[in-house]
Amino acid sequence: MSAPQEFLPPESPSRTGVAAATTRVATATPESAKPMIAVRGLTKQIGAQEILLGVDLDVDLGETLAIIGRSGGGKSVLLKHLIGLMQPNSGEVWIEGQNIIGMRERALAAIRLKVGILFQGSALFDSMTVEENIAFPLREAGERNAKAIRTKVTEMLEVMELQGQEEKMPVALSGGMKKRVGLARAIVRRPSCILYDEPTSGLDPVVSDSINRLIRRLQKRYGVTSIVVTHDMKSAFDVADHVAYLHDGRIYFHGTPAELQSSSDPLLQDFMHGRSEGRGD
Amino acid sequence: MFTRFFTVLGAPFVRFMIYLGEVVLLAVDTFKSIFSHKLRWKLFLTQIVEIGLLSQLVVVITGAFTGAVFSAQTYFQFNKLGMGSAVGAVVSVAICRELGPVLTALMVAGRVGAAMSAEIGTMKVTEQIDALRALAVYPTDYLVVPRALAMMVSMPLLVAECIAVGIGAGYLVAISLLEVNGTYYMANMVRWTRNRDIIMGLTKAFCFGLLIVFISCHKGLTAREGAVGVGRATTEAVVNASVAVLIFNFFLTMFLNIVYPAGYQ
Repeated sequence: MSAPQEFLPPESPSRTGVAAATTRVATATPESAKPMIAVRGLTKQIGAQEILLGVDLDVDLGETLAIIGRSGGGKSVLLKHLIGLMQPNSGEVWIEGQNIIGMRERALAAIRLKVGILFQGSALFDSMTVEENIAFPLREAGERNAKAIRTKVTEMLEVMELQGQEEKMPVALSGGMKKRVGLARAIVRRPSCILYDEPTSGLDPVVSDSINRLIRRLQKRYGVTSIVVTHDMKSAFDVADHVAYLHDGRIYFHGTPAELQSSSDPLLQDFMHGRSEGRGD
Repeated sequence: MFTRFFTVLGAPFVRFMIYLGEVVLLAVDTFKSIFSHKLRWKLFLTQIVEIGLLSQLVVVITGAFTGAVFSAQTYFQFNKLGMGSAVGAVVSVAICRELGPVLTALMVAGRVGAAMSAEIGTMKVTEQIDALRALAVYPTDYLVVPRALAMMVSMPLLVAECIAVGIGAGYLVAISLLEVNGTYYMANMVRWTRNRDIIMGLTKAFCFGLLIVFISCHKGLTAREGAVGVGRATTEAVVNASVAVLIFNFFLTMFLNIVYPAGYQ
């Protein structure tokens, strides 16, 4: 692999990246604006199954984008490509002007310091306590001052409303608490972008709402760019500045939540209202 | 017809070569990391405890009963020829050169190799390894290097312990139960056991340790399909490591015998 490329990503085919949808809404983006994350022509095949068939997507600095779509539609696969956890068959992923596709694992470390991720299953280290999990990225970054680590962990626990849970092991936590600890671990090093993989899946509505509030609070407090993969429409409308609908391996719709709600596209209507045999089929 | 024949025959061979290649690449990656990146001392010491300290009982029992039974069997044969006092030399050389390293390696493959594979495999299927990568931690540095270094340190010590206990148990059985003359037993043993026999055993221990750690970690890192996948990876790690130890032992013996020839010279 050659040295990381530092160029502007090629222009997206369209801001919406939609070929067929009648509901395409071109959002206004200044030509000079450089997206923090740009995806170009991303394709991915796993075994015989084609998951992504040419995804184009731009995410601007400070923006919160919700990627919605049917279960098994490739949302999580797309998210993992954004941090280099999966390699595509073709296409490009640009993070702050660097194309990360083809970069060596060690070279990706610099990118991963800028981008935190909350995994669907939280992926907490099950041999570590809550405190050790949150402190892990700090220790790995070379922080040896126990007091400084303690201060940052305490701050994270306060932000996540997890005071008093420091000594618990992940196995003793509820689903919502695991998500919070996973989120605390993802943001303790203050990344400029956070990826959320189904942050509210498997949680009751009250806990889901608390996670949504937490995402909004992080946006306000740290001004991070966020990408939320979800099939929970309430969550998408609660947290997102823009919504992208992934359908048949491509971005079918990309617009604001208001534009999505006012769309008359039967496919989007069916998804929003949870109809299994709607007009879009 | 011929194409199908070669496809059926060739596919497992190709898979085997790919597997060997992956294990070798993991080993290369690990050694590169050892020489170019910082060592996580806490993880290294934890693995020393896991591999070295917690294997004590298994290794002592293996060494003791192997030495005891080998001493008895050798005596039964040698005594007919009036060579009862030569038992010490035979037991000592055999345990140093073959039985100590091979049996210890098989026990460590079963105990430690399985644990390594299961632990890393579980981390793989629960996305903990992806979490490591997402937190800018290179999995080889964090998971494989401490285990490999701990194995390099622990295995020679475990084999040395197995050899010592085996020789001691053989001595006790020969002297106490079989009434061999202790002075002649010791004299013959010291006369026929050379430093090179011990060095050969410890060299084998080091090599077997590397085989076990790379095969086990590779199986863990490539585990798939949930609990079933982890179970399969663990079983394959133990079987592959044990078979590799036995096969590699033959070639290593042939090579090391050139460097450290057997017998009184």
